[in-house]
Amino acid sequence: MDTLNALVVFLNFVVVPGLAYGAQLALGALGVTLIYGILRFSNFAHGDTMAFGTMTTILVTWWFQSMGITFGVLPTALLALPFGIIGTALFVLGTDRVVYRFYRQKKAAPVILVMVSMGVMFVMNGVVRLIIGVEDQQFADGGRFVISAGDFKTATGLAEGLAIKSSQAITVGAAIIVVAWLFWFLQKTRTGKSMRAFSDNEDLALLSGINPDRVVAVTWIIAAALATIAGTLYGLDKSFKPFTYFQLLLPIFAAAIVGGLGSPLGAIAGGFVIAFSEVIVTYAWKKVVTYVVPESLAPDSLLQLLTTDYKFAVSFVILIIVLLVMPTGLFKGKSV
Amino acid sequence: MAEPYLIGDAMTGGYGGADILHGCTIAVEKGQIAVIVGPNGAGKSTAMKAVFGMLKLRQGQVRLDGEDITALSPQARVAKGMGFVPQTHNIFTSMTVEENLEMGAFIRRDDMADTMAQVYDLFPILKQKRLQPAGELSGGQRQQVAVGRALMTKPKVLMLDEPTAGVSPIVMDELFDRIIEVARTGISILMVEQNARQALEIADKGYVLVQGANRFTDTGKALMADPEVRRSFLGG
Repeated sequence: MDTLNALVVFLNFVVVPGLAYGAQLALGALGVTLIYGILRFSNFAHGDTMAFGTMTTILVTWWFQSMGITFGVLPTALLALPFGIIGTALFVLGTDRVVYRFYRQKKAAPVILVMVSMGVMFVMNGVVRLIIGVEDQQFADGGRFVISAGDFKTATGLAEGLAIKSSQAITVGAAIIVVAWLFWFLQKTRTGKSMRAFSDNEDLALLSGINPDRVVAVTWIIAAALATIAGTLYGLDKSFKPFTYFQLLLPIFAAAIVGGLGSPLGAIAGGFVIAFSEVIVTYAWKKVVTYVVPESLAPDSLLQLLTTDYKFAVSFVILIIVLLVMPTGLFKGKSV
Repeated sequence: MAEPYLIGDAMTGGYGGADILHGCTIAVEKGQIAVIVGPNGAGKSTAMKAVFGMLKLRQGQVRLDGEDITALSPQARVAKGMGFVPQTHNIFTSMTVEENLEMGAFIRRDDMADTMAQVYDLFPILKQKRLQPAGELSGGQRQQVAVGRALMTKPKVLMLDEPTAGVSPIVMDELFDRIIEVARTGISILMVEQNARQALEIADKGYVLVQGANRFTDTGKALMADPEVRRSFLGG
């Protein structure tokens, strides 16, 4: 029985990746939940907005690298991120001007806007593949690890190593900063409050003289920024592939709905619920269990509930359970 | 007679389709309380919305302080000094009482601390509950938030659409007291009321509407004394 090594394995393969993935999902779900709360539709194009933002960031990163600009131990992509955000915000505002505004003025039903967003999704999908291709892109540079498994083993003398990739540390750090900023913005600033008022009661907000066009524009800009940041962090942590980002839509929506659509706090909680569920269900527990049970009871199988190929099933199952049992989610959002 | 401060003059119109208002006239003098009463479906709320620009008039005019504002949007009318408290959905339920008041003053760019203090003086309970989400308050307190929100723009006319709907008789009396207090500060009040008897008691002017047209118009007292009004609309 070796609890310490079991704990290290657990941290290394479940907690650390789960935290990073959860932070990425939370940022994505925040964008979805903001759009839902303020523009009142489920934006199916959000995954591809993330892909677009990440692509823009990658292109700027490559340009920086070709000019010899780097960010020391941090990835160059972080330097390129503001440019990615600006590019994506402009693209999204353009989409709103050309597509969504027309339906908003017609006061189209939310379900129509969902269909419209699917159209936008396919277009964005195509644009991204045309520009950067369908292949996997690695764009992480700078230091690889904050703590490597080898260093950890030498430092602690344990048999198991704990590795924290710099991308994981950056992801969690960036997520904390972004979330703190977003909550400050929504709670304390005049514009943020007007967005909450608009989300709460659109008619009364109009009556109070809140300019709907401004609220809509600011919402799109923030959603674009969140999508770009989430996408870039995910890409740094894993890799960038347009199809993967399209698939991220499901866990992101699951996170937003589990937390309660329209609730920013819920989106964050939902992100971690989904991420940890996925990691826990698809992780092979053999090693952890072998450490904590007596030798005679050591398992022969991998103790893996599902292979990682089925990880989306986890989001689906959680989504269905929540919709059946608790349609407004953990934080009492709007029911779907 | 001088022109009233706010007048919806011979208004005819509806929500598209058939007309609901037929040459209906509603007016309020400065610092006075005007009340619109009448049976269900008489067009009371519609008349109020027409004065506030929430429906298009086919004929007639709305004038504020002598100025024709018929073509202005409701938002523009707020900027001109009109405040409106809708009958339902009149507060931001997820926001605190204080944030509700702040949103009421959204069009103002100057310091609103004085106005907020005045609203708190008028509704002391709101000061106690200022950091609580407005949706957690009782019905009467929510109505106070709604009225407070509308007062934040420092309106010259306050329009209330059934402010006492769904509150207990005790709360209703208290709300009426507060409305009188507001009127005493020089703000004109135009309101629609289901509780015709109590409303006419505090009214300087009463309008009895039937089928979108003026049936009786007089001071509140005179209407209360009119046997026909009593028989038909006040239950004897």
